[in-house]
Amino acid sequence: MKYIDSSLVEKRMNKRILKNNLSKILFLLATLFGLVVLVILIMRVLIEGLKWVNFDFLTGKLSTNAEQAGIMGAILGSLWLMLVVIVCTMIIGVGAAIYLELYAKKGKLNSLIQTNIANLAGVPSIVYGILGMTLFVRALDLGNIVLAGGLTLSLLVLPIVIVAAQEALRSVPNSLSEASYGMGATKWQTIKRIILPAALPGILTGAILALSRAIGETAPLVVIGIPALIIPFPGSIFDKFTTLPMQIYYWTLDSSLVAEYANLAAATIIVLLILLFMLNATAIFIRNKYQQRF
Amino acid sequence: MDHNVNQESINVQELIQQKSMSQKVSHKIGKMIPSILFLFAAVSILTTVGIIYTLLSEAIEFFKIVPIWEFFSSTTLKPLSQNPEFGILPLINGTIISSIIAILVAGPVGLMAAVYLSEYASDRVRRLLKPTLEVLAGIPTVVYGFFAFTFVTPIIRSVWPDVEATNILSPGIVMGIMIIPMIASLSEDALTSVPNTIREGALSLGATKLETTFKVVIPAALSGVIASFVLAISRAIGETMIVTIASGSSKNFTFDITESMQTMTAYIVEVSSGDAAAGTPIYYSIYAVAIALFVMTFVMNLLARAISRRFREEY
Repeated sequence: MKYIDSSLVEKRMNKRILKNNLSKILFLLATLFGLVVLVILIMRVLIEGLKWVNFDFLTGKLSTNAEQAGIMGAILGSLWLMLVVIVCTMIIGVGAAIYLELYAKKGKLNSLIQTNIANLAGVPSIVYGILGMTLFVRALDLGNIVLAGGLTLSLLVLPIVIVAAQEALRSVPNSLSEASYGMGATKWQTIKRIILPAALPGILTGAILALSRAIGETAPLVVIGIPALIIPFPGSIFDKFTTLPMQIYYWTLDSSLVAEYANLAAATIIVLLILLFMLNATAIFIRNKYQQRF
Repeated sequence: MDHNVNQESINVQELIQQKSMSQKVSHKIGKMIPSILFLFAAVSILTTVGIIYTLLSEAIEFFKIVPIWEFFSSTTLKPLSQNPEFGILPLINGTIISSIIAILVAGPVGLMAAVYLSEYASDRVRRLLKPTLEVLAGIPTVVYGFFAFTFVTPIIRSVWPDVEATNILSPGIVMGIMIIPMIASLSEDALTSVPNTIREGALSLGATKLETTFKVVIPAALSGVIASFVLAISRAIGETMIVTIASGSSKNFTFDITESMQTMTAYIVEVSSGDAAAGTPIYYSIYAVAIALFVMTFVMNLLARAISRRFREEY
């Protein structure tokens, strides 16, 4: 007498195993979906824009005439903006991280600041734009210049920099700072000469990633009020400016009026993506080359 | 100091004094450092205060002109007409519908990707696929807007001709693609943190990998998975450029996804880039809309944190 009907078991098992194997393929496809979209997106941009990327386009001035339009002004605007953002976030972000990690006493104030930073990271970028417009452009009366845009974007990415710098500082082992104290160094000397250098690669990686977030932002700048067409190139942080994402935005919007604007937008996207790629490659390079394992 | 050695008069006393002077200075600096650094840390608090103060103070001006209950209950939004009407419901409607479309795309795809990465993929495959997904998260949103407007919309229109040139469907889908990495990576973290003993228990009872995943691992990691969904929705609510570019500026209160709808973020962009003179109701209205947006995303973020904290199972 058989207690187990093996044919029945096999029938049921086969079904379950088949389901299992099919779902594995489905899950793989879902994972690859993102990759496929990425490839399509990049292909699409290259097909539309690659022909338009040439020396005249990169060095020329903005123009309503699609054939003559160049994006030198937008490139310079983005670079000036990067300068303001990197200076502000490195000083304020790293300073705040040092305070929170190494000086602040664990208590209510510290956890309030920490929670606050976590919450700020979730605030939509356009809200920062409104803050920037109200505070920097109108109240401080800076106007829509590089400095105002840079300060706004700095506030936007500051939480990212602070969190990354805190993690980098935390990963420096205590034995290093204890050795420094043991040699008679003060706290600030220890931080300046031992902890900061050891944490620097991690801090820089985080700062560069935050910078690449800032450089791709459009919404806060639209709110601040960057006009569509600026002919003179920005020469300092007090000049009016436009950026690569802003040009992509305006050209995409107007592509239903002038078909060539879509090509200009695509060409500008290529330039922006190359810039972002270089930033990220630098971050990865720093992380791999200088990051010490303790 | 080598050259000093050969000189005849080395004033040791002076050197000691110099040294102690410089030590005093550096001691003083060391004492000032914490307060300076505290100021930097306080910038984050000031930012929050700044956001809340500017939004509130200007929104209060707005609610002096437009009653608050009318603003939050009216379905007509005509800011530019002769007799302007300000009802936020069309914008909230557009925001919610675009976010629902996004989460319908990103939820299943992101979760399945998370399951694949944490349960099925070998270490090598995971190390290859994860960074690629993160590239997707690093692409500027304006690029996604371009993609939605010039690529996805035409494709949808060729299959479904009723769809308008600017519609909420296409940006919703593209926004979904944008938040896939977020759901995939956060959910994967949650799934990976489920200890192997639990999986082994299920597998040894004869469950297949699929059954183990859906009946044991995902329920154990549910809080993290839900938190990732909530965070992704919050991100979709705050997303601006994709909807601004691809969904147009129709302020109709409708549920038809083939039509143009405006989200709260897109309204703010439209008004603030249209040179609204300071002091007019339309200018103040963006602050009122921004408050609603801020509160919505803030509540979602708090919710995500509360979920992942409260329902976390300790192993």
